[in-house]
Parts: sequence; structure tokens; C-alpha cells
Amino acid sequence: MCNIIEVKELTKIYRNAKTNTPLRAVDSISFAVREGEVFGFLGPNGAGKTTTIRMLTGLTRPTSGQARVMDFDLWRDITHIKKHIGVVPEVSNLYDELSAFDNLVFAMQLYGVPRTERRSRAEALLMRFRLSEKRDAPFAKLSRGMKRALTIAAALAHRPPLIFLDEPTTGLDVMSARHLRQMIATLRDEGVTVFLTTHYLEEAERLCDRIAIIVKGQIVALDTVEGLKATAQEAPIVEIVMSDINGQIETRRIEGINDVGEGIRMALAQADGRRVLAINTIRPTLEDVFVKLTGLSVEVMLAEKGDKGQSNVA
Amino acid sequence: MLRDDLRGIYYIAMKDLRAYYFKPPNISWGILFPFAFVVAFAIRNPGDLRSLIPGLLALTILFGTSSMEAIVIVFERRIGALERLFLAPIRLSALLAGKLLGGMAFGLTVTLIVLIIALIVFGAKDINWLLLVLSLLLSAATFSALGAFVSVAMREVFEAQTLANFIRFPMMFLGGVFVPVDSLPVGLQIIARLLPLTYSVEAIRKALFGVPSTYPVLDLMVLAVFTIVLFALAVHFLARQLD
Repeated sequence: MCNIIEVKELTKIYRNAKTNTPLRAVDSISFAVREGEVFGFLGPNGAGKTTTIRMLTGLTRPTSGQARVMDFDLWRDITHIKKHIGVVPEVSNLYDELSAFDNLVFAMQLYGVPRTERRSRAEALLMRFRLSEKRDAPFAKLSRGMKRALTIAAALAHRPPLIFLDEPTTGLDVMSARHLRQMIATLRDEGVTVFLTTHYLEEAERLCDRIAIIVKGQIVALDTVEGLKATAQEAPIVEIVMSDINGQIETRRIEGINDVGEGIRMALAQADGRRVLAINTIRPTLEDVFVKLTGLSVEVMLAEKGDKGQSNVA
Repeated sequence: MLRDDLRGIYYIAMKDLRAYYFKPPNISWGILFPFAFVVAFAIRNPGDLRSLIPGLLALTILFGTSSMEAIVIVFERRIGALERLFLAPIRLSALLAGKLLGGMAFGLTVTLIVLIIALIVFGAKDINWLLLVLSLLLSAATFSALGAFVSVAMREVFEAQTLANFIRFPMMFLGGVFVPVDSLPVGLQIIARLLPLTYSVEAIRKALFGVPSTYPVLDLMVLAVFTIVLFALAVHFLARQLD
């Protein structure tokens, strides 16, 4: 599998307009995205996720470093890169005054989709995103979830092989978010490479083939979900669930052991005549990995995003 | 690349015309506002109404092209829609040219309506049509570029409107619309010569009446220079927003 994005020591330094102090929003990051995968970019608010996307899509000039997207150089061939990518920004940004259908047609016009294909392709996208009934409704009149869906549809209108999704489900209700996740999974099945930023860890865990975690502009981990979990587990943990003669249930964790077998032996020894209902080996979640690497709790991160600590992952 | 740019210019202009320009309030405002000023002047100074037509046409182009143009980019930046255009596979100059073309098309349309009414009322004798068309086209390009420059230079809609008015209103009174530039005090004449509206009014007046005896080619060249400089500045400011 070849790389569709290759990033080497990419850096973005902003200058504070008032104090003129430099801020390293993205600090010499290097990574590669493989063709056909869903690549997750996780990090707390202000970690550099959006700035990275903006650099890779030509919306912000990097301060230094190199990147190749679809084998085109980011500095020299940005117009060619733009032809082959779709971008869904954090905020749905189609034209309020145009209808759902006209927004899709305009997206196709900009990318040179042949006139004969535009109508049928727009209708197909509306159907795929369950928006056919809203075909002629102005974008301004759509619900938040519908706006998000239409923004993604517009990014797919010219059939790009690579799509950037910046926090696609943020602020959506559970059902809308679920539908969008299904769409992202379908895109992967169709061979589209997806570069996804999110702060919903369950979402990343379900959708992403590999995940990079970015903190303060630097990538602190990059692996598959399983790989990340493996690095977070320093020693096995065994959990025993017991019931006494009165049916009272007690759960105990055995930590600080060398291997699972030792943990099970210690757990059974602690049963002390009580009925053992279950013995589980505890594996770290992606949340454990995230907390360990960023030092932030997930609730804090969601609250920073205005989700009041609520996830929309059902 | 050029083909992509030309396609982008055309569709951005068409989109802007549909989404923003051709709305009833814009059309009526674009015609009524210059009319109101000219009628007010005519009532205060009754005389040869025909002589006010060049100024009326120039004012209509100025307000028709620049009113919406001056806020459309700021507005799209605020709602994030400008990023869609940044992401399109076209150069920044093409993006801005699309915006320019939209403003020009609207300004020329409302000016055409005013021109037709003027021709019906006052007749179309001895008009230099080639000069008139070139004057209107270059005036529209200049004022649309002015609107685009104001729009990319400002961050908020109200800032853009304020700056646009700050530029347009002095131009309206010094640019030869109501009073010939030659009759102004010398100091104001110098200022008038720095304003594009002066050259627009002169070129249109020459096309309609054959006066004043200035060189219309010079007027057209000055308008072309204004267009190029304002457009280049607008592209420069827009490019800086990607830093």
C-alpha cells in the first residue's frame, strides 16, 4: 500500500499580533497516510489538528517542512492537489442562499465536472445522504445534521480519492452522528482515503485504521488502535467478580503482577470461599492511552469543544 | 491551469449574481440611490438636465458595482464560505476576478436600465457608442476592483461599508458628477484628478456629448491603471490571509 500523504518536519508558527511572540501551532511533525485507510488525527483543543489540515489543503502556508499529497509537492503543486482532494471544515460552510441541489452543482462546476454529469451526480448524492426531500430547500433552512451531511456531500461531488474531515460529527445529535459515521465507513469501503480529526475517542476507535495523537503541535504517538493500546499497558490487570452467601457482589482488581496467570492465581486466593462469577483481564481503552499521553481527561476535552462533556457516540 | 481559472471566474461570478446581487432590494437600490441624488441636485439647480446624465451613469456604476462587492468577500469570510473558494483548484487572482466579474455584471445591468431610460427621454443623437461601451466597461472594472479591495482589506462587514462610503462619498462630490471639475478650486481639482470617478464621468460625457475636449483615451487608460492597481492590491491582501 503506497502513501497518499507524506509529511516531513512540517511546522507552522503564528505570530501573536499584539505581543509579536511566536506560537508553534504545529511543531516539526512527520507522518504518512496510506492509500485507502481512515487516518485519525486526535488531540485536545488547540493541539494543531486543524492547522495541519489547513496546511495540507492549501488554506494556510507552512512555515517550514515538506509535504507531498497525492505525490504532488505541497509548495509547488497546490492547485493540482486541490483538484484531487475534498475538504469538510469544522463549520458547515455552504451558501445559505443556494438550495441543497444548487450548492452541489456549484461545487461540481468549480471542479470541472462535465455538465452532462452534474445533475445526475447531485441527485445521487442527495439520495445517498438522505437529503432528496430537501433538494430545493435553501442551505440556511436545513437542520444542523443536514447541513453537515450536505457539506460532506459537496466535498465528495468531484469524487476525490482523498477527503479531509475536520471534526465531522461535532455538535450533532446521536442519530445524525451515527449516520455520518456509517457514511465514513462506506467511503473507506469504496477506497477513499479519509483523514479524520475528531475528539470523540470512541469514534476514532471505531472508524480509524491508524491514529496519530497530537499534543501541543507535536505527534506523541502514531499506530493502530491495538498498537496504541499495547503501548499504554505496562503490566496486566486482572479483575475478579465475586458473590458472597447473601448474594452481595464484590469486584476487585489485581494490579502490579508480572503475568495474567499470576493474577488469576492471586484472584482465586482472594475469593476466600465466595463464589467467583467472573475473572476478566483488563485491557486499556483508547481513552486510557489518550489520557496517559495528553494528561487531559476526556470530559475536559469535550467540554473545551462545547459538548458539555457529552459524547454523541451511541 | 488557464482553463480551470476561466471556468472558476465564470462560475464564481454566476454564483454571486444568483446568491447576492440579483435580489429586488439590490436592483432597486442600485438605481434609486443615484437617481435620488441627481434629482435632488436638479431640483436645487434647475437647468440642463441632460448634462447630468454622464454623472448619473457614472454614479450608478459606482454604487451598482461596489455596494455589494465591498461586503460580499467579508461576508463570505465570516460564514466560512470563502474557504470553499480558496479550496477550489484555481489561482487566487481567478477567485478575485470571479468576484470582480459578478460586481461588474450587476453594475452594468443596472446602468443599462438607467441608460435606456435616459436615451428614451433625451434621445440618442451623436453618441460615440464605442467610447461609451469602453467607458462603461472600464468604469465597472475600476469600481468593482475598488469594492474588492475594500472587501479583502477589512475584517467586518460594517468596517467594509464604512471604508467604502469614506471613499465613495467624497468621490461623488468631487468627481465631476454635479459640478465640472474645471470649476472647482485648484486644490480640489488636484484631489479630483486622483479619483477614478472623475475619469469615468469625463469619458462618458465625451461619449455622449463630445465634450469636454480632453483625450478620452487618456481617461480610459487611467481607469485601466486604477483597475490593475486596485486588483493587484486586492490579490495581495487576499494572499496574506493564507499566512
